Amino acid sequence: MNKYTPIIGLETHVELKTNSKMFCGCEAKYFGKEPNTITCPVCLGLPGALPVPNKTAIDWCIKISLSLNCKINLFSKFDRKNYFYPDLSKGYQISQYDLPFGQNGSITLSNGKIIRIRRVHMEEDTGKLIHEGESSLIDFNRSGVPLVEIVTEPDFHNATDVKEYLQKLRQIVRYLEVADADMEKGDMRLEPNISLSSKQQAISNKLPDYKVEIKNINSFKFVEKAVNYEIKRQTEILDKKETPAQETRGWDEAKQKTFSQRSKEDAMDYRYFPEPDIPPIIYTEKDIEKLKIAIPELPDQKLKRFEKIFGLPRYDAEILTRDRKMANYFEETVRVGKNEIKPKQIANEIINKKIDIKKILPIALVKQILNAKQTIQIDQKELDKIIIETLNENKKAVDEYKSGKENVLMFLLGQAMKKIGKKVNINIVKEAIIKNIK
Amino acid sequence: MTNLTITKALEKLKNKEISSVELTKTFLERIKKVEPKINAFVTVTEEEALRNAKDADKKRANGSDAPLLGIPLSIKDNFSTKGVRTTASSKVLDKYIPPYDATVVTKLKEAGMVLLGKTNMDAWAHGSSTETSDYGQSKNPWNTDYLPGGSSGGAAASVAAGEVIAAIGSETAGSIRQPASWCGVVGLKPTYGRVSRSGVIAMGSSLDSPGPITKSVEDAALVLQVLAGVDPLDATTSPLPVPDYLKNINREITNLKIGISEDYFEGVDTEVKQKVEDAIKVLEKLGAKIKKIKLFSPKYSIAVYTIIMRSEVSSNLARFDGIRYGSDRSFFAEEAKRRIMLGTYVLSAGYYDQYFNKALKVRSLIINDFKKAFEDVDVVIAPTNPKTALKAGSDEAKDPMFGELADILVEPSSLAGLSGINIPVGFSKKGLPIGMDIIGPQFGEQTILNVAKKYEDETEWNLKEPNL
Repeated sequence: MNKYTPIIGLETHVELKTNSKMFCGCEAKYFGKEPNTITCPVCLGLPGALPVPNKTAIDWCIKISLSLNCKINLFSKFDRKNYFYPDLSKGYQISQYDLPFGQNGSITLSNGKIIRIRRVHMEEDTGKLIHEGESSLIDFNRSGVPLVEIVTEPDFHNATDVKEYLQKLRQIVRYLEVADADMEKGDMRLEPNISLSSKQQAISNKLPDYKVEIKNINSFKFVEKAVNYEIKRQTEILDKKETPAQETRGWDEAKQKTFSQRSKEDAMDYRYFPEPDIPPIIYTEKDIEKLKIAIPELPDQKLKRFEKIFGLPRYDAEILTRDRKMANYFEETVRVGKNEIKPKQIANEIINKKIDIKKILPIALVKQILNAKQTIQIDQKELDKIIIETLNENKKAVDEYKSGKENVLMFLLGQAMKKIGKKVNINIVKEAIIKNIK
Repeated sequence: MTNLTITKALEKLKNKEISSVELTKTFLERIKKVEPKINAFVTVTEEEALRNAKDADKKRANGSDAPLLGIPLSIKDNFSTKGVRTTASSKVLDKYIPPYDATVVTKLKEAGMVLLGKTNMDAWAHGSSTETSDYGQSKNPWNTDYLPGGSSGGAAASVAAGEVIAAIGSETAGSIRQPASWCGVVGLKPTYGRVSRSGVIAMGSSLDSPGPITKSVEDAALVLQVLAGVDPLDATTSPLPVPDYLKNINREITNLKIGISEDYFEGVDTEVKQKVEDAIKVLEKLGAKIKKIKLFSPKYSIAVYTIIMRSEVSSNLARFDGIRYGSDRSFFAEEAKRRIMLGTYVLSAGYYDQYFNKALKVRSLIINDFKKAFEDVDVVIAPTNPKTALKAGSDEAKDPMFGELADILVEPSSLAGLSGINIPVGFSKKGLPIGMDIIGPQFGEQTILNVAKKYEDETEWNLKEPNL
């Protein structure tokens, strides 16, 4: 067994797909837009411009919190997180400090492990730096886009669980239709923190006295690799009886390595204080109840229901519930094909034939399955009887086929089909002809 | 003509005795004449003013009757004005031309104002004298050896010197009332959240309140009427409906209860104290009842205000990091640097609870203290400032805590977000104006305007003009 237990926590940033930005009326969909074309005094941080919070974004942040089983703070507020960076237009980021919208939630993994969620809070995205040769340019299109940060407790012990957690999280925000969570567009950014605890520490339930954070990873695969790399790197250091440095590292995909970015000595003091430009945000139990009702059935519940109601195996249910649209498509097909086709057959058809749900309507899929089913219905003995009849009536063709003219088969097939008179699976008839000629 | 109030000027404009262009030209000439002595402006917008005036005359000819149509005003240089340089009297923003208007400016434009220029102030509103301005100190029109007060010193001086009919200032704690008191004009600090801060270069975001500086109480009511109201661009504005401020302004004050707290008269110059007491007697004669109350000593407010305001300042000024606006951090002068350092320090890890959090708690106590007081009285009256204007460059004015001491009597009501108005109540032997502060509860503007108007009707202090 390993000498050390990896202790891993995760911070995930998810960009919301609201129409407007977090604190101004600018369009929030910045991807692919000409730099600095969707900005205003507020998101540019011009002197005197004030933030006005986006109610929809806050509602969505609360929906995410509820979906992660969080307790909601009915009295909440925004805070200023002060730090300098050229892409930060005001010199501070509006975020939440001690009263996040959601707290103390959890996600349960497929192996039953519970990952505790420490907090879910709302903040604004920053601008983007673009380095061109000697000069650095700033694009403020992304400045002020609503961002939800989800922080877990250090409950992971391996990279596989981290990956599954991330998949589940992404699935949930997509089910809620509050985020695209498109990794390539940077809609979701991942920051694992990793340390290794010795056996003694593990027994006494103590956390290691250092922590390595890996910043801004934009792929589940890279997170997995980075975590595994760190476990290896830290093990080697600990084996030498040394303690890994408390620091922030980045992931270099080309070199397949993490690299040091910032050490503990430069640790930031963000000087958080309540954002004076935004009054406290107050929700009532009733408001929360309304948001709860608006939450659709989530993947875990859906999966269980698919297993129970439709009698699907876990494997099928898992695939069908990965995407809410797929799950809806499946259910709709089950409803259309009721009494005629079993849900399992529909599941098979969708999964095995990789049905494009955008192209084939549920009703068309039902017909397709029913048609295929009819061909099986023809009795093998009856089929053999018809084939023998056909062969006897067309002796000349049979001889030609035997002498090597293989395309005669098509003629025989046509004759047999005429005799059958029903839509049957052509392949079965073909096989029966070849079998009987021999 | 430069001593006209808004009310009188509007009358003349309506009666076609005068055009806005004529009025504007008169004030532009006055500015040219007295500005070398007063230095009330950072920028005079002559062209814009004449254009505004022409527009106003055209509109009036077409039947428009907007509330400030054709009235020449000045605006403090921390209000963003689209296309007009806005420096907050700091060289950091020497070249900054805002691409948008502050909500207050938008409202004034809609009301038909003529913008004469942007007035000088303490840089970033950090001060009570205009001595921290990077564009030179403004002078007190009553005696140019003396300070006009601040931070809206240029605004108050521009009104007192007859360079404009009225001015727009902003107050964080004292920045309207204190210079109004030293310059002998009316200065109204509305309730926090009554007037939008959108576009006003922030100093203490939880305190900043824009408001008018005028020659009469009625003018203050008129301008407030234009400025007040909820703003979708400022989440801290109140959705409470805006009352008609002129409606009850002449109401009798026979049953009015005035609260007087002794602590607010402690350490106040005898002359100032005397004039304020005389003024209270005038109100008593009109039927108001005086009630002795016990408010927290204003000295507690200094510490609370210093911590909260400087914390907010340190964060608000972070955006001037040298990347944009054309000037780097070396352009910050000493006072701003001092405030940034102190604010940064008190927000730092380990000190937050000790300073900022404690200040917030005491602030709540001060708010509740006033709330309790206003259960028994309608207004609280105190001197606006313990002293008359100080001489420029005096040792007192060089003390880093000078501003806080100058504003000691108005800081508590600012921290509590209350409404307050300074009105002139006389002159010292040296001929310097003395001001009285009428403090009302939150959204008590109607009441304080009413009390101020009744006093003004009995006296003539506001009609006096400096000899320039």
